[in-house]
Amino acid sequence: MSMQSGLVSSTPQLRTYAPATDVSVAAPAPRLEIAHAQPVTAPRDLRTEPGPVRFVIIALALTFLSVFVVLPLVVVFASAFSKGIGAYLAALAEPEALAAIQLTLLVAAISVTLNLVFGIIAAWAISKFEFTGKTFLITLIDLPFSVSPVISGLVFVLLFGAQGYLGPWLQAHNVHILFAVPGIALATVFVTFPFVARALIPLMQEQGTQEEEAAISLGASGLQTFFRVTLPNIKWGLLYGVLLCNARAMGEFGAVSVVSGHIRGETNTMPLLVEILYNEYQFVSSFAIASLLAMLALITLVVKTILERRLDQAEVPDGD
Amino acid sequence: MAIEVRNIVKTFGSFAALNNVDLKVADGELLALLGPSGSGKTTLLRIIAGLDWPDSGEVTIDGENALTRGASERQVGFVFQHYALFRHMTVFENVAFGLRVQPRAIRKDEATIRARVKELLDLVQLDWLANRYPSQLSGGQRQRIALARALAIEPRILLLDEPFGALDAKVRKELRQWLRSLHNEIHVTSIFVTHDQEEALEVANRVVVMDKGRIEQIGSPGDVYDNPATAFVHGFIGESIVLPVDVSGEAVRLDGRPLNIAAHGVASGAAKLFVRRHDMAIGPAGTGALEGAISHVRSFGPIQRAEVTLAGSEGKTVIEIDAPRDRELQAGEIVSLQPRRYRIFAAQG
Repeated sequence: MSMQSGLVSSTPQLRTYAPATDVSVAAPAPRLEIAHAQPVTAPRDLRTEPGPVRFVIIALALTFLSVFVVLPLVVVFASAFSKGIGAYLAALAEPEALAAIQLTLLVAAISVTLNLVFGIIAAWAISKFEFTGKTFLITLIDLPFSVSPVISGLVFVLLFGAQGYLGPWLQAHNVHILFAVPGIALATVFVTFPFVARALIPLMQEQGTQEEEAAISLGASGLQTFFRVTLPNIKWGLLYGVLLCNARAMGEFGAVSVVSGHIRGETNTMPLLVEILYNEYQFVSSFAIASLLAMLALITLVVKTILERRLDQAEVPDGD
Repeated sequence: MAIEVRNIVKTFGSFAALNNVDLKVADGELLALLGPSGSGKTTLLRIIAGLDWPDSGEVTIDGENALTRGASERQVGFVFQHYALFRHMTVFENVAFGLRVQPRAIRKDEATIRARVKELLDLVQLDWLANRYPSQLSGGQRQRIALARALAIEPRILLLDEPFGALDAKVRKELRQWLRSLHNEIHVTSIFVTHDQEEALEVANRVVVMDKGRIEQIGSPGDVYDNPATAFVHGFIGESIVLPVDVSGEAVRLDGRPLNIAAHGVASGAAKLFVRRHDMAIGPAGTGALEGAISHVRSFGPIQRAEVTLAGSEGKTVIEIDAPRDRELQAGEIVSLQPRRYRIFAAQG
């Protein structure tokens, strides 16, 4: 009920008009016809749902969120620390775990860098130029989101595998892509491609090309225009895209699982190692690594919220 | 610097934005490109600036072919309708931008740049805003900063695209006068685009009236107002009464009734009679070319505006006439109307 009164008091307009009909205070003369036109007798604020309905809706949402999001998160950390902090740290210091962390960071670094460049180029092309096939390109950018990650991984197996199109040639030249870092990086780049482009396209479309045109008419070269005008204008959107791209790159399981080959200490990323350890009943080790990924998620969430706020305020930069 | 534009054609898909446009702008002129939206005026301005390329034709600036140079090499100051200030830079850095991106060989040192920016901000009377961001400025202030930024590169010509279009009426008026006095001071050849006739007539030395990708008339503000070359110009500039008439020889008929005015050589057939509101003399019934009943009179300032209903075979035609207040008109009065000055243009199509 306190919620309801809070809502009503935040709508002072209705308060002043509504009771005027049955309270002895005379309504101001010019507003009389309004009162006549619509006698307000409603006992509650008609613009929102009745209190019980709202209560049920909010309760449902909160319950759902706790059961499916908060509870699992708590379980991850509880299991990771179930044998004490010593066991937790020991699990993380295992050579296998360290190798997985290292590999994950490496793959994330590669795919974020590549997608940063590709994403800016794609967003630039889409938002600043008119050309045939633009709609098709926009649709294509979303493909990695609409395809199951396992399929994405399988594509690379079909391409680079021993029975694949390029497999024999690669083998003859002793180039290892599948079951090695390049394959994992490729699959991750594919899966995480849309993030940067998706974050930038609406932003760049909204900003248009006027500032770039102004820069060029003032004598700036193409590169000067990009680094002095375009990039500063999209930096928050770019960071946002990079952040989500990074989170997905580190957490990707399906596509990487197909191409990695699960060579222990060599081609296992953190998510893959979590599964392997879990299957071997090494719960503490498994959840210890899972807890790192969970922390990454939490940090991502916090930074994401901050960045979203910056994006909203992008119109008003403060003194930096 | 003089600008010359010859035979410019520009199409966007199937839409002809510019259709064989020729224009000469003399050194030091302040020229207005006036026309409704879609008339091609902004496209012409962007082509001169190098922000758009014509399909065919020539553009020369100070005698040299401008089309061999990109926008960044033309040294043309461009002021955008929505200012296009760099939102992440302070006012100072915005104005300094053109100086900072110069090739290293000719770039001035920091002290010179600072002095120059200060000078420009003084010129637009906004030196006290140097450390603000564009979002913290009013529309009029932004437009003046945009102008200062364009002037920083010592442009050979200055192009302004609807410079006051996004401002409210009062600020607009102030900035107009300010732009004209600024032009008197710095004398750079300037072209500005506007759809506001008052703005064009008040600010420019010469007005170019455009419609549907063509130039309809080029002339002094007085010229385009008093001697419109085409029906479009007459209708677009100033308020006009337009009546459909028939011309046969020298006789002009409205709705079958002869009007005692001469056709002045307009070809026989359907035509349109244009009369300025204040060029229609009101007299007692039975003395003029047209007759009608006053349905409404509004008086303000030195004039009274009468709505006169002309009865005709094809229903009523209501026209508005501005009359001096020497004789107060009454609603319901039957009056006759005689055009003092008028133009007849053959109907097109």
